[in-house]
Amino acid sequence: MQKENDILNSLSKKFPEIDISEAAVSVRKIYLSVPEEAFMNALKFLSAEFGFKNLCTVTGLDAGDGYEFIYHISDDEGVLMNLKFKTAGGDGVTIKSVLPIYQGATFYERELEGLLGVKVEGLPEGRQYPLPDNWPEGQYPMRKN
Amino acid sequence: MSKMIVPLGPQHPALEEPESFTLMLEGERVAAATVALGYNHRGMEKAAESRTYVQNIYLLERICGICSHSHSTCYVQTVEALAGAEVPKRAQYIRALIGELERIHSHLLWLGIAGHEIGFMTLFMYAWKDREIVMDILEMLTGNRINYGMNMLGGVRRDITPEQGQKVLEALDALEERTEYYKNVILQEQTVAIRTLGVGRLSREDGLRLGATGPVLRAAGVVKDIRKDDPTEVYNELDFKVATDEHADVYGRTVVRVTELMESYHMIRQILRQIPDGPLSVKVPNRIPAGEAAARYEAPRGEDFHYTRSNGTDKPERVKVRAPTLANLAAITHMIDGGFLADVPIVIAAIDPCFSCTDRMVRVKDASSGRDDVWNWDKLRQYSIEWHKKRGQDLGYRI
Repeated sequence: MQKENDILNSLSKKFPEIDISEAAVSVRKIYLSVPEEAFMNALKFLSAEFGFKNLCTVTGLDAGDGYEFIYHISDDEGVLMNLKFKTAGGDGVTIKSVLPIYQGATFYERELEGLLGVKVEGLPEGRQYPLPDNWPEGQYPMRKN
Repeated sequence: MSKMIVPLGPQHPALEEPESFTLMLEGERVAAATVALGYNHRGMEKAAESRTYVQNIYLLERICGICSHSHSTCYVQTVEALAGAEVPKRAQYIRALIGELERIHSHLLWLGIAGHEIGFMTLFMYAWKDREIVMDILEMLTGNRINYGMNMLGGVRRDITPEQGQKVLEALDALEERTEYYKNVILQEQTVAIRTLGVGRLSREDGLRLGATGPVLRAAGVVKDIRKDDPTEVYNELDFKVATDEHADVYGRTVVRVTELMESYHMIRQILRQIPDGPLSVKVPNRIPAGEAAARYEAPRGEDFHYTRSNGTDKPERVKVRAPTLANLAAITHMIDGGFLADVPIVIAAIDPCFSCTDRMVRVKDASSGRDDVWNWDKLRQYSIEWHKKRGQDLGYRI
């Protein structure tokens, strides 16, 4: 698991605010939480320096004390990085779109808006996904409340 | 020239997830295309949160009728990783066997559909007749033609006998001979080449940029296959090549799928030769320790992705699924843009979305005069075949 550990060490060197001691590492899989402020730069760094050019999907979940967003990105050698950050919960949460880095992210981010009720800044206008047009406003199925 | 707007869908049973395309036409060319999705959202991820880990195998297996084993395998792999369960080798081989048989039936199904969309009905009937060989084998091994129910947490539910293995080998001989024939048809039949070469182009760069996956990406020369890149279970014990092609169009996608069929036959022979004796499963507790795990699986249509978060109870905190078709949809509007309306059916079909038998509606609207006309998919397909026939590309289809 040399490569997996190298990636973590480089991240920690470049971004001192990222704590890699909590990261879970198994063969070709890394699970790492980062502070929200460091997230976008860490993602850019992983894409540019380590070839994580593919976004598998984005998982949004209601962790009870806030929302958690997990960006599953992969490289050409089969390593899957699961990069997470947490925000506050409830209404009015805004996160930034990763479209400038991953152009295939539109549907994954629209899903966060539709199911979890967060605003993704930088998404182009478009029909909501995946809920129907007549879905009642303010109802977000993936919230736990 | 008047511009026409053609909404295609949303009820669009050709597709795994029904979707709606809006095509802006300039003459016969598509000037812009947009896609809207979600019409078949069944809330499975939410439903998974209120079911036990075992119940979820059967729920998630039903995400897709064609690649049901891909979904259930991907899901059980996440739960087994969370529970720290080591699946016995024999079970791993049986999972791979069903996985490859599933790929064969899926690709043969697709070959038939591709033939149907371009008016090559002989190919459609041949391919679907031959697909019955592998469907019979799947039924013999699992009891079902689809939704096999083979996976359980920690292993598989059924063993295979040497007699069954022998029957699989006999079926492979027949399928291999037929697939050789299809390969020759595709490589030598001029009309197939004319209908598919240069149609629905997606370059290597665009494919990677838009996050395309599976045969769509491999047809653009990208060597990417989860079975090779992130091999789970026995895939690193099998000798196989990743099928690629450089055409980057519908023709290339056809070549890749037919080559993959040959590779799958080769892999199944190895599986049956190498499969060891031993137990079929290990015990996995009902309550899964808190944690998270992601898994990827090369489904017939591309990378299938599952993520499971556990909380120490017998039900998951969160299950996330990303089927390959969703990954390919960002690329499809790019493939349709600039092409002929007559090529839209085969371009959409070439990403291999799932197919069911209901009719679909296409509303053709003249944007300048407001003239409204309703087409169903058959009419669009008919238009496509006639349009190409007028240009001398006749595959023998008669109304």
